[in-house]
Amino acid sequence: MEQVITCINCPVGCRMTVHLSDAGEFLSVTGNTCPRGARYARQECTMPERMITAVIPVEGSACPLSVKTATPVPKKMIRDVMAALSSVRVSLPVSAGDVILHDVLGTGSDIIATRNLP
Amino acid sequence: MADMQVDILIIGAGPAGLAAAIAAREDGIESILVLEREKEPGGILRQCIHNGFGLHRFEEELTGPEYALRDICRARELDIEIQCGTTVLSVSPDRVVTCVSPETGFRRIQAKAVILAMGCRERPRGALCTPGTRCAGIYSAGTAQRFVNLEGFMPGRRVVILGSGDIGLIMARRMTLQGAKVLACVEIMPYSSGLNRNIVQCLQDYDIPLYLSHTVTDIRGKERLEGVTVSRVDDRRNPVPGTEIDFECDTLLLSCGLIPENELSLGAGVQLSPATSGAIVNDSFETSVPGIFACGNVLHVHDLVDHVSNESFRAGHAAAAFVRSVPGEASFISVEDGDGVRGTVPQKIRRNADANVSLMFRPAAVYRNSTAVVSCGDRVIMKKKAMIYTPGEMAVLELKKEQIQSMEGDSITVRIERS
Ligand SMILES: Cc1cc2nc3c(=O)[nH]c(=O)nc-3n(C[C@H](O)[C@H](O)[C@H](O)COP(=O)(O)OP(=O)(O)OC[C@H]3O[C@@H](n4cnc5c(N)ncnc54)[C@H](O)[C@@H]3O)c2cc1C
Ligand code: SF4
Repeated sequence: MEQVITCINCPVGCRMTVHLSDAGEFLSVTGNTCPRGARYARQECTMPERMITAVIPVEGSACPLSVKTATPVPKKMIRDVMAALSSVRVSLPVSAGDVILHDVLGTGSDIIATRNLP
Repeated sequence: MADMQVDILIIGAGPAGLAAAIAAREDGIESILVLEREKEPGGILRQCIHNGFGLHRFEEELTGPEYALRDICRARELDIEIQCGTTVLSVSPDRVVTCVSPETGFRRIQAKAVILAMGCRERPRGALCTPGTRCAGIYSAGTAQRFVNLEGFMPGRRVVILGSGDIGLIMARRMTLQGAKVLACVEIMPYSSGLNRNIVQCLQDYDIPLYLSHTVTDIRGKERLEGVTVSRVDDRRNPVPGTEIDFECDTLLLSCGLIPENELSLGAGVQLSPATSGAIVNDSFETSVPGIFACGNVLHVHDLVDHVSNESFRAGHAAAAFVRSVPGEASFISVEDGDGVRGTVPQKIRRNADANVSLMFRPAAVYRNSTAVVSCGDRVIMKKKAMIYTPGEMAVLELKKEQIQSMEGDSITVRIERS
């Protein structure tokens, strides 16, 4: 199986062809100019991950709270994580770095506040 | 008569103003005042809740509010006075700053040095000549970002984005994640000026189509936007008849570039550069008016906040030096844009520069495997080869102070040579 992806690590934007086994295991990559591209290709084609940032409404505050996942989570879980966030209740005050939700959906990643809300 | 006197007055408490204040205080200037019209410091970063900030400066990926918070905390540690809710109305050539705030009313402040750090704003719709009716539902991408991230409300449900700059791409993802349907991102140029990372993670991840070489040719709706027509454009950017695609949408976001916010600078008599729309400055970030400095997005539009902070630290140090000493007559080397180069900052370098100077510019097009060359007459002073020079990324060349001190001509030229 072959997959064509663009490397996102620098503005050169190499177009890389990734060769995968039928079971989806990474075999090889061509088209990258440097090792960073190869590392990204392997990750992106086998276990793509993303940081998620979002805002959640807070009762008693006109301004919503901005949050992020402490570490990247599997890309296919983005929608689920957003859904989990929509039912979170936050009480004031909040400081940047506070954990808002532990281990969201078993991903091992906490949701943490990225700003202060007094 | 002024109501108050300060050594250094800084306009704007975004990353530029904060860094300049921190640098000046670290150099021992006691009397520093930062004026900010919003109710909190942090500038535009407050609404940039996505991550990707600070990789160069902190070697860590922070979100915008987290990046801002680091400088805000440092400014607090240093006991720097930041007055929020205070709008600067004018700056005079002899550095009298007029400002107004609900608490203190109207004031005139005499400063020994002024640092302009007002940031930039988005190109409004008028400047883009989009056709069609003037209905509600058309916002700049940054305004929508502010609504969603700071005010907590969604400007619409079905969205088309015109322009593929990073703010538009980031908003395509944000609107999608917060529950809207983004139908298309439309770009008039044959390439996007946004980062590859944002094309992949903000559009492709959510199957949002990117229409390159397309533009919006009609806007429909009476009170509220009801739909837009998108057409392909030819090499001269004229719409091609017969290529129309209709989208039903209630929201059109415009992401068509940023322009430095220089009304105050003009009032102070500061000379602007047509290439950057920001002030013409020398290597200490001093404008054409002595004692008035400029840094950050008000000087030239940056894509990385890390560069904003670096430049602004230098401006803060320079303003501190200005306050301390009576500068003699300086002699300058002018910096010219050559082939393939736009808007080099600084535009002038003091012949006796006391530190290295970063020459920052925008490549005029995409150049692969090419070399940026700085020359003085026939003499090449430095070369920097790169796999890519692109308009989407500001290029930086570092000139050593020894190289500057040994220059003989009156001007140097920066150009890009294809290999
Ligand atoms: C909508 C938008 C989104 C952006 N997104 C990104 C991004 O995702 N990543 C990135 O790296 N860069 C982004 N940028 C670029 C970003 O602006 C810079 O990286 C950086 O924030 C610029 O810092 P600054 O201090 O020069 O300007 P700003 O952050 O804009 O700060 C200027 C400050 O000056 C204040 N001010 C202006 N006029 C007055 C006045 N008359 N009186 C008092 N105060 C005044 C403003 O209120 C503001 O707080 C974005 C820019 C915009 C406009
Ligand atoms: S492979 Fe290397 S050179 Fe190519 S885009 Fe990725 S990081 Fe840049």
